[in-house]
This record gives sequence, structure tokens and C-alpha cells, in this order.
Amino acid sequence: MSITTRLVEVRTKILKANDVTARWLRQHFQECGVCVVSLVSSPGTGKTLLLEQTLRALRERYRVAALVGDLATENDARRLARANVPVRQIATGTVCHLEAEMVRQALDGWNLHEIDFLFIENVGNLVCPATYDLGEHLRAVLFSVTEGEDKPLKYPTIFNTADVAIITKMDLAEVVEFDLTAARQSVESVRPGMPILEVSAKRGDGMQQWLELLSTRRQAALRPDTEQASVQQSAELG
Amino acid sequence: MHELSIALSLVDTACEEAQRHDAHVVALHVRVGALSGVVVDALRGAFELAREGTPLAHANLQIEEVPVLMKCPACGGPRPVRSIQQMCCADCGAPATEIVSGRELELAALEVA
Ligand SMILES: Nc1nc2c(ncn2[C@@H]2O[C@H](COP(=O)(O)OP(=O)(O)O)[C@@H](O)[C@H]2O)c(=O)[nH]1
Ligand SMILES: [Mg+2]
Ligand SMILES: [Zn+2]
Repeated sequence: MSITTRLVEVRTKILKANDVTARWLRQHFQECGVCVVSLVSSPGTGKTLLLEQTLRALRERYRVAALVGDLATENDARRLARANVPVRQIATGTVCHLEAEMVRQALDGWNLHEIDFLFIENVGNLVCPATYDLGEHLRAVLFSVTEGEDKPLKYPTIFNTADVAIITKMDLAEVVEFDLTAARQSVESVRPGMPILEVSAKRGDGMQQWLELLSTRRQAALRPDTEQASVQQSAELG
Repeated sequence: MHELSIALSLVDTACEEAQRHDAHVVALHVRVGALSGVVVDALRGAFELAREGTPLAHANLQIEEVPVLMKCPACGGPRPVRSIQQMCCADCGAPATEIVSGRELELAALEVA
């Protein structure tokens, strides 16, 4: 007995559900005028400290809020809350990354019209977050001077999905004999043209450039002639 | 590892499609880009777990690995990159600022009986 088979074309994204939610989020963020920035890195790179300092600095000029993903603890959310801005924890349990649906649920009850900047600290992981769009306008990937200059070459995929690279703990660069030129070359090799910032959240180095980049990107992201806005407009007109 | 949750989504998607066509799935054709963030071997392993107790229990998983192609400003058309560590044109070395493929993670087709 011979079995005849036929080929049925499907052409469906395996993570279609995440993509649909991320697209919905992006449009929603746009409508509400909130610029969304996510931070990804290995555990311990300095996401929470950078975020705490960023929230404190931006609070003067903008209405800011943060979501923080963590497997189990609420420690980071508690640290960020010291900046006196709205903070929510997303406990991911055994899941090693944030997904768009977790972000959507975590925002429940928040009036996004009253927020100018929303920050999302992803779970410490340089692998899995690469595959999940969260609807953010800007994704910052961080690595510290203690992690080695070749970090980008070891995790090219996450660097390739990012919009800006931040080298953290620059105050320790000298003691660990960090080779800044080599580090910059590795970023450039995996993601040509991506801006690179050198920051010490502890000492304050590079914070000015980071804050300026945020303001510039916010303006660009929320300009009415951006692609999303025009799609949205034509949908409204049609 | 996120491959298990991806494998579960894959099984769901394939089962839905099979039901829609009222067909028995013999093989799944999946496309995985080199920049998708998914490790092909891990996905194979995860698929073995994810399909247990589903109509896909005996289906064959065929994975096509999609290379990264860039739009090369110097050479013109789509060109392969040297590697995902060296994102530049394999022919002329121009930096890859525009990626045209390599992020795929899709169920391309089902072979059904
Ligand atoms: N010396 C130095 N230590 C830092 C800096 N940023 C963070 N750290 C320390 O590194 C550790 C991990 O930082 P944390 O912000 O929790 O990292 P996360 O896991 O990426 O959120 C903490 O002990 C921080 O105090 C920095 O700029 N310089
Ligand atoms: Mg943290
Ligand atoms: Zn070329």
C-alpha cells in the first residue's frame, strides 16, 4: 500500500501570538504617547542600577514608570521603587524571558496617557529575549567591563536585535584592563552602525549621553510622521 | 531554554492547520533563520517532548536553516554575510546595515496524507 502525501502551504510565524500582541502594544504606546525602552543583559551587568539612576534623572522632566522582569524575587522592583516612580514587578517563574503578553498584563490599570517613558528591565539572559518582540521603541543591550570585550561575539543575535549598546561599570575599566577599542569593534562587527555608550551608573560617567539619546529617540519615535502613526491615521481615515 | 515554548507553539499551530484541512500530518517543514535566536538541535529535542500525546506523534520534523542575507549597498542585490559574528558582505566586506532574511521562525508547510 502506498501513501500519497500532498504539501499544504502554511507560512505562519511560530510566535505569531507574540508578534500580534507586540504589534498591538506598539500601536497602543504610540497612541498614548509613551516611549518604551527595554534593557537586556546577563544577570549582574547593572540594568537595575542604571535604571534607578535613569528614573531619578528623568523624573525631573518626564513622567516615568518601569516594569521589571525577574524569575522569582521582587528585589529589583523594591530597589527601583526608591526612585519614587510607579514600578511593577513581572514574576516570570520558570520562564527565562519576558513575552509581549506578560507586558500587556502588567500594564493593566495603568493610564499610559499619563506616562512619557516606560522602561522594561528584561530577565537577566542574553539568549531567549532575542526572540521576543515586546513592542518597545528602543532596545538597549548592556555588557559590563568585567564580562569581557568579546561578549557581543558570543551573543550576536541579541546584539543584532538591539538599537543601542551600553558598556557598563566603566569605573572598573582600568582595574580589569578592559580593552575599549576591542569591545567597540566586537559591537561594530555584529551590529554595524549601532551607537555605543560607555557608562558608569555608579560614578555617573556617560549618563548625560544616555539621557540625551533617550530624549532624542522619544521625539523620533513619537513624531506624527513615523510609520506607525501614519498606518494608524490611514486606518482611522479608512 | 525558550525552545520548549517555541516547540509547543509549533505543535499547536501545526495541529490547528491539520484540523482545518482535516488531514493527517506526515511531516512539518519549518524554517529557522540564523538570527532567529533559536538553536536547531534544541528545537528538535524540544519538539520530541512537545508532540507527545498529540496527532504529531509520528510526524517528521524537517528544518530548513535560513542564512542571513543583507542588502549590500555596494554589490546591489541581496548578498550573504560572512557570519553572524561578522555582519558584512561576504563578497565585498561592506557593513550589513539592512538585513533581508535570517530572522525567520515559521511553519512553512505541512506534508499531509
Ligand atoms: N562598580 C560598579 N558596580 C556596578 C555598576 N552598576 C552596577 N553595579 C553593581 O553590580 C551589581 C549588579 O547590578 P544590578 O544593577 O543589580 O545588575 P542587573 O542584574 O543587571 O540588574 C550590583 O552590586 C551593583 O551595585 C557600576 O556602574 N559600577
Ligand atoms: Mg536587575
Ligand atoms: Zn557587497
